[in-house]
Amino acid sequence: MAYSEKVIDHYNEPRNVGSLDKSDMNVGTGLVGAPECGDVMKLQIQVDPLTKEIVDAKFKTFGCGSAIASSSLATEWVKGKSIDEAMTIQNVEIVEELSLPPVKIHCSVLAEDAIKAAISDYKSRNKD
Amino acid sequence: MKLPIYLDYNATTPVDPKVLEAMMPFFTESFGNAASRNHSFGWQVEQVVEDARESIGNAIGAGGKEIVFTSGATESDNLAILGVAEFYQNKGKHIITSPIEHKAVIDPCHALEQRGYEITFLNLDENGCIELKQLEDSIRDDTILVSLMAGNNEIGTLNPLKEIGEITRAKGVLFHTDATQGVGKIPIDVEEMNIDLLSMSAHKIYGPKGMGALYVRRKKPRVRLSPIMFGGGHERGMRSGTLNVTGIVGFAKALELSMEEMASEAERLTGLRQRLYDRLTSELDYIFLNGHPTERLPNNLNLSFGYVEGESLMMGVSDLAVSSGSACTSASLEPSYVLRALGVGDDLAHSSIRFGMGRFTTVEEVDYAAEKMIVAVKRLREMSPLYEMVQEGIDLSTVQWSSH
Repeated sequence: MAYSEKVIDHYNEPRNVGSLDKSDMNVGTGLVGAPECGDVMKLQIQVDPLTKEIVDAKFKTFGCGSAIASSSLATEWVKGKSIDEAMTIQNVEIVEELSLPPVKIHCSVLAEDAIKAAISDYKSRNKD
Repeated sequence: MKLPIYLDYNATTPVDPKVLEAMMPFFTESFGNAASRNHSFGWQVEQVVEDARESIGNAIGAGGKEIVFTSGATESDNLAILGVAEFYQNKGKHIITSPIEHKAVIDPCHALEQRGYEITFLNLDENGCIELKQLEDSIRDDTILVSLMAGNNEIGTLNPLKEIGEITRAKGVLFHTDATQGVGKIPIDVEEMNIDLLSMSAHKIYGPKGMGALYVRRKKPRVRLSPIMFGGGHERGMRSGTLNVTGIVGFAKALELSMEEMASEAERLTGLRQRLYDRLTSELDYIFLNGHPTERLPNNLNLSFGYVEGESLMMGVSDLAVSSGSACTSASLEPSYVLRALGVGDDLAHSSIRFGMGRFTTVEEVDYAAEKMIVAVKRLREMSPLYEMVQEGIDLSTVQWSSH
């Protein structure tokens, strides 16, 4: 199976690999997937408490090249968005951007889940 | 050193130039049909085919008349299992095999289950070894066949053919072995091992694809088979179809070459395998060997690289041709059924890589492959949330995963 150029690019030079301090109140962490399924994504966002803008994002992924690319792309897209805007990112947009084949659609679903899980974690820790 | 490096010799091998050379005249000059009994074109190739048959038979301690040519090991396995099942159905409908046999054995067995046969799949230990006592206890009055492979194509584990043959012979049950990965690599003697049927393939030993054979014992006991292919009655009625003369010539030559250097090549490949393993384990932690540490094919190394997914790892070593048990590399999205049968967790099955070395593999290539693997594993672990969690002291089995 051939990979799209964009998948290869994200695999070779993944954006925003790393970890944020998960004890920081302004950080939300999403951990989705399972080792037995062959994919685990950890996606973290750092939110500006005043503007609710996502100012930084980091990921770590155990998974195939498409899973790595999907999470790398997800961190790029959430940065600079408000948490409400980030909630609207759909997996189909990731599929289109990376030209993922049908067997890799679950990678994009996982990336969308990771974004939502990170935002939900942030919100649960910052209830007014 | 030429890139990419081929390290998938358990999947297939290149045709040896000497094999190709032997085959060439039979495409254009001596192109006769071996079944043409009434002219020299036929006579000439018939003799060549009979010589090849004898030579292939002798390599496994059999006679030429006991060799049935087929299109490959898949057909040989199907013919052995379906052919014996059909012919001996009045004696019984019970077959014993193992869950890590090739699909060419397992799937015909499942097809027979649909037709009222009963199949026993033996238990395996964590190295993929059967327990001889369980085999013996599983044989019943209605058991007609035991099918156990010589060496496993994924994890390399060898079966104790001689010990299995002693049991089946004593119990009066036929013994079939899929020796696709064994013939030409490890010593196999059908007399000494009491093997009644044996599948083999040319393309795993530097011969052409689309060429195989089934050994069918002729005496003590005489094994009978119902054909699965009907037509001109070739191969004593067991396998109809015009003989693939070029393939047969290539197969015989390939096996001859493999037998000549079997002992020295096994030693060389075992050395390369150990070198690769030592190099990788000296630089990387969390490496798990799949299959038996010593009772394994000389050319096979199957490792799980913990916390790194197999397909992404192969992407990181794009100038190495290896294979993986990861689900992402299979059409079914299921990880390797062989590793699962050994009780390897799905997480480690997803992380497995099979290295297959062969005749043209050099020390230089093995060292290069090791370096590439080390760099790729380290890089992927840097971005693996699992590796990070393990470093933090988290027991991954206690984590509530949100499986999808």
